[in-house]
Amino acid sequence: MDVLISYFSSLNPMAFFSALPGNIAQGIIWGLMGLGVFVTYKLLNFADLSVDGSFATGGAVTAIMLVNGYPIWSAIIVSVLAGIAAGIITGVLHTSFGIPDILAGILTQIALYSVNLNILGKSNLPISYRNYQLAISASNINNAILIALCISAVLIILMYWYFGTEQGSTIRSTGANPAMSKAQGININTAKIIALALSNGIVAFSGSLFAQYQGFADVNMGRGAIVIGLAAVIIGEVLGEAIFRKHANFIIRMAFVIVGGILYYIAMGIVLWLKMPTDDTKLFTAVIVAIFLAVPNLRKMKSNSFKKVAKQNAKSDKEGK
Amino acid sequence: MLEISNIYKTFNKGTVNEKKALNGLNLKLNDGDFCTVIGGNGAGKSTMLNAIAGVWPVDSGAIMIDGKDVSGLPEYKRAPYLGRVFQDPMTGTVADMEIIENLAIAARRGQRRGLAWGVKKEEKEKYYEMLKEFDLGLENRMTSKVGLLSGGQRQAITLLMATIKKPKLLLLDEHTAALDPKTAAKVLELSDKIISEHNLTALMVTHNMRDAIVHGNRLIMLNEGRVILDISGEEKKNLTVEHLLEKFEKVSGSKLENDRMLLAD
Repeated sequence: MDVLISYFSSLNPMAFFSALPGNIAQGIIWGLMGLGVFVTYKLLNFADLSVDGSFATGGAVTAIMLVNGYPIWSAIIVSVLAGIAAGIITGVLHTSFGIPDILAGILTQIALYSVNLNILGKSNLPISYRNYQLAISASNINNAILIALCISAVLIILMYWYFGTEQGSTIRSTGANPAMSKAQGININTAKIIALALSNGIVAFSGSLFAQYQGFADVNMGRGAIVIGLAAVIIGEVLGEAIFRKHANFIIRMAFVIVGGILYYIAMGIVLWLKMPTDDTKLFTAVIVAIFLAVPNLRKMKSNSFKKVAKQNAKSDKEGK
Repeated sequence: MLEISNIYKTFNKGTVNEKKALNGLNLKLNDGDFCTVIGGNGAGKSTMLNAIAGVWPVDSGAIMIDGKDVSGLPEYKRAPYLGRVFQDPMTGTVADMEIIENLAIAARRGQRRGLAWGVKKEEKEKYYEMLKEFDLGLENRMTSKVGLLSGGQRQAITLLMATIKKPKLLLLDEHTAALDPKTAAKVLELSDKIISEHNLTALMVTHNMRDAIVHGNRLIMLNEGRVILDISGEEKKNLTVEHLLEKFEKVSGSKLENDRMLLAD
């Protein structure tokens, strides 16, 4: 009892609220990464694991270019291009060489680990806001939130436009029904490669922003990124459906990916505030994602279960007697 | 219009499941032919349509559409010549996209798909009129997801998609087999109407002998990957089911085996 009391009295509510803005800023940046995952996981129906690599590639390219004196805008552009290249490699491994989607992604991811180490020259490279002109930084969190939100809005509008075009439609139809797409003259291999390139470009972009935000690039910064991206997508989806039912349009669905990223980081903030060991954060991430993945299925099973029928019939049997 | 010469296709070559699906198949369709295709289980009906569509490459032989050899082209490159409706109503449409989006994708078959908006304003009116002619009430649900439609409605949409850009050849692969009899009749009637209105060349696989006799101007029967009967003109008009069964036994030397066909009315 005494242990519990002293534990709860040691928790400082103010500490949670003072950490909140930082959580929100990180959440938005990871929500952007989630938008990249959204393209492959939701639209293309492709579980792409190369993002763990391309997220770190985005950070690594940005850091090394800044250190070598290039301006931040050029560093961001080259980061995105590097991500696009990574996506194309996964796409070619899958389409031209027939390697299953998950394996193709893992191969790119593991290859990128070495590539990223080569880019950085060491495992960690600091890019402090004191020495470099950055687009976003944790040194001014309110500003960072504002910038990240503006970037999200622009990206969502761009994605809404693109996936409404003729070419964007081919990606959606390829993901949903490859047989129909081929019958309608769509080269589904090209569609897959384009989608993977776009997705990894977006992921590398958010990796670049995250490296700037935290003030360094690290070769391990993308470890588990796919799970956090999925968390953003799925938390956002479950929440969006709860609020809008079936009426969530494409823009709302994407906006809720950002919301999902923020909520995920707030949940992480709570976990840390409760003084859970930081070593266990990946475990908590996995639990959170598993819960949100399970919720829609459990709900479906509840209304569509053998047990329910058995119970109903047992009940009516009793009443009958 | 279509000329198939001597095509062969064997599945699972060199294994115990080896199956010679197409065995030197020859077929020539004239412009405007509406040819129905019947045959027993595993006779090669669907395989023939898949060979024409390019779902996989044939082992040997040539497939000419409108004088062009397409046998070396992958499926998506043959699509501009073909309109296709499948047996499974789920196959021909994207459930998660709106009716109008599905139609717009089909309307661009064979065109470069760039960064123009996927569904243009003037298209909407065109599609409205087309759907209205179908008389299924779908013209007022153009922005509904196709997944909300019934099987028959989805087949109707697929049929419209297959013909929205006039194809050189329309391939109907048992496209009413998964529908209830009433809906099947309606979709067949719709198919007839579209084929005659646009003067299309068409191949229709069916397991219903009566449908095969009533529809089209030509009837072919496949057996063991080859055409064994080819009936057209006056002879086809006077055909009966009994007559057809008799002919089959005479040509093939065995009884017709097709569970669904014998059970069909």
